[in-house]
Amino acid sequence: MIDFCGLRLRHRVINASGCFDVLAAERVFGEQLFERFPFAAYVSKTITLSARDGNPPPRLWESAAGLINSIGLPNRGLAAYLDGDLPALAALPVPLITNVMGSTPGEIGELVAALEDRPAVAAIELNVSCPNVTTGLDIGADPGELEALLLHVRPLSSKPLIVKLTPNTADVAACAAAAAAGGADAVSLINTLRALALAPDGSGAWLGGGSGGLSGPAIRAVALAAVSRVARRVTIPIVGMGGVASGRDARELLDAGATLVAVGTECFRDPAAGARIASELEDHFTQIAG
Amino acid sequence: MSAPFGRRHVELRTRLELGPYVLLGAIDELAHAQPGQFYMVATAERWGGGDGERPYLARALSVMRTGEDGLVEFLLEDVGPGTRRLCEARVGEDLLVVGPLGHGFTAPATPPLLVGGGIGIAPLVAVQEAWGGHALLGFRDAAHAQGAQLFADPFVSTDDGSSGHHGRVTDLLEAELKSGLRLIYACGPPAMLSEVRALAATHGVGSQLALEAPMACGFGACYGCVVATLDGYRRVCVDGPVFEGAVLA
Repeated sequence: MIDFCGLRLRHRVINASGCFDVLAAERVFGEQLFERFPFAAYVSKTITLSARDGNPPPRLWESAAGLINSIGLPNRGLAAYLDGDLPALAALPVPLITNVMGSTPGEIGELVAALEDRPAVAAIELNVSCPNVTTGLDIGADPGELEALLLHVRPLSSKPLIVKLTPNTADVAACAAAAAAGGADAVSLINTLRALALAPDGSGAWLGGGSGGLSGPAIRAVALAAVSRVARRVTIPIVGMGGVASGRDARELLDAGATLVAVGTECFRDPAAGARIASELEDHFTQIAG
Repeated sequence: MSAPFGRRHVELRTRLELGPYVLLGAIDELAHAQPGQFYMVATAERWGGGDGERPYLARALSVMRTGEDGLVEFLLEDVGPGTRRLCEARVGEDLLVVGPLGHGFTAPATPPLLVGGGIGIAPLVAVQEAWGGHALLGFRDAAHAQGAQLFADPFVSTDDGSSGHHGRVTDLLEAELKSGLRLIYACGPPAMLSEVRALAATHGVGSQLALEAPMACGFGACYGCVVATLDGYRRVCVDGPVFEGAVLA
C-alpha cells in the first residue's frame, strides 16, 4: 500500500481532474468499471459554488500529439454535488478526492468548508488556475495570492489539501513553496498549458471559449521539468501529471520526485489506461526488486 | 447492454471501396451494437502517442451495419488525418476500439422515413436492415451517390444533379411530408439536420437525429462534444448521439 497524505492507496496511479467522469462511465461500462477500477484514487471534475454551463462549442482541437480543450468547467454546482453526486460516489472502490474552484479565497473557503463533514470526501484538490476577481491576479500563478489563499482555507478543513499548480507562471517552484508555506499537504502538477487554435478559414479562434489548455504527450517534457524543479524546492508530496501514456512515462515523473502520477488525456483514448499504466509501473518495480 | 470496459484490439477483416467511401469490417464478438450507436476507432499502428503526431485521438464512427459472428462495419471518407489513416488500413491489421457507445435510435412501431446526407447515411443502413423504411439520400455528386447502393430502393438527390434529383434531399422530404408520414430518422451534415428538424416541426412529425461532434473520449469524460438543447448543453456521446429533434435548441 502507498501512503499519500494519510490515504492508503493500492498503487501510484490516479486520474487527472476533468479527465474521467465515473458516473457517466458507469452508465456506459456497467459493473466492470468498478470490478477493474483503473485508479488508486478518484479525482472529481471541478466543482464550483454555482452551476456552470461550460463554454460554447467547439470545445476541442486535436494538435500534434495532444489536445487543446476549452471546456469551461461545466458542473451542477456545490449543492447538486453534495446531494446528487456524493451519495452515488459512495460506491467507489477507492478514496474520493474532490476538486473545487472559486474566484476568491472566500468562495474557495466556502467550498472547502462544505466538504468538511462529508466522510465520503477523503481529500480536497484546489483548482487555482483561475483569476482572483478581486485582485485580477491568477491565484495559482502568483505566490503571494497562493499563500494568502491557503492561509484562509487551511483552518477550514481537517482533510488533506492538494493544490493543483498551473505551468502558466514564471516560477512554478515558488508557487509550490508558497502553497506549502500556507499549509498545503501536497501539490499536483501540471495543469494544461495555455494554448490557442485558429480556425482553418482565418476567422479567428477555433474554440468557443477563445484560448484553451494543451494536454497530452506534447506536454510531457514540460511536466517532467516542472515536477523536477518543484521536488527540489518542497518536501510535501507531489502528484505528477502531464502527457503520461505509459508506465515508463509514469516512472520518469516518480524518478523526478513525484509520489503519485495522474493520467489525464490518455484516459480519453482508453478508459482503462490507468490500470495498464499502473501494471506497467509495477512490472518495472518488480524487475528492479528482482 | 453495457459496452466492454477498456480499449480493445479487433482485427480488420473486410475492406471495400464504394466510390469515395471505404467500408471497414472488424470482428467484435464481445458486443452487439444497436442502430445509431458508435465506436471510438483508431489503428493499432502509426496512430499518435509517443513520438506520433496527428492523428492522436480515436475517431468516433457510427456503426453502419452488424453481421454474423460479431462483424461490425463502418463507413468512412478520407477527410483528415484520422480518417485517412483508417482508410489506409489493410485487412489483417488491428484496430483499437472502445464501444459500442451512446444511445441509438429507438425501435419504431412502424418503419420510419430515413433521411441521410453524405457520410451520414452510415447509421441509416443499420436502421433500414433492422426496421425497414424508405431512404431519401443526398450526396454531393454521382461519385458519392454510389453510397446509395448500401440501401434497398433509395431515392437519391445530388447537389450537382449528376445523379437522381438535382437539389437537396430535403426537397424530396418535403414531397414525402404530404403523404401522411409519422416519423423521420435522419443523419447528415448540420445544415441538413437543421432543415429536417424544421420541416418535421412544421408538419407535426416526430424526428430522431443522429448527431456528429468532434469528441475526445466517447464515454462522457471529456465534455468536449456538447450540443445545445432546450435543457442546456448535453454530451453527444452519452446523452446521444441520437436526439429527438424537438429537444434540440
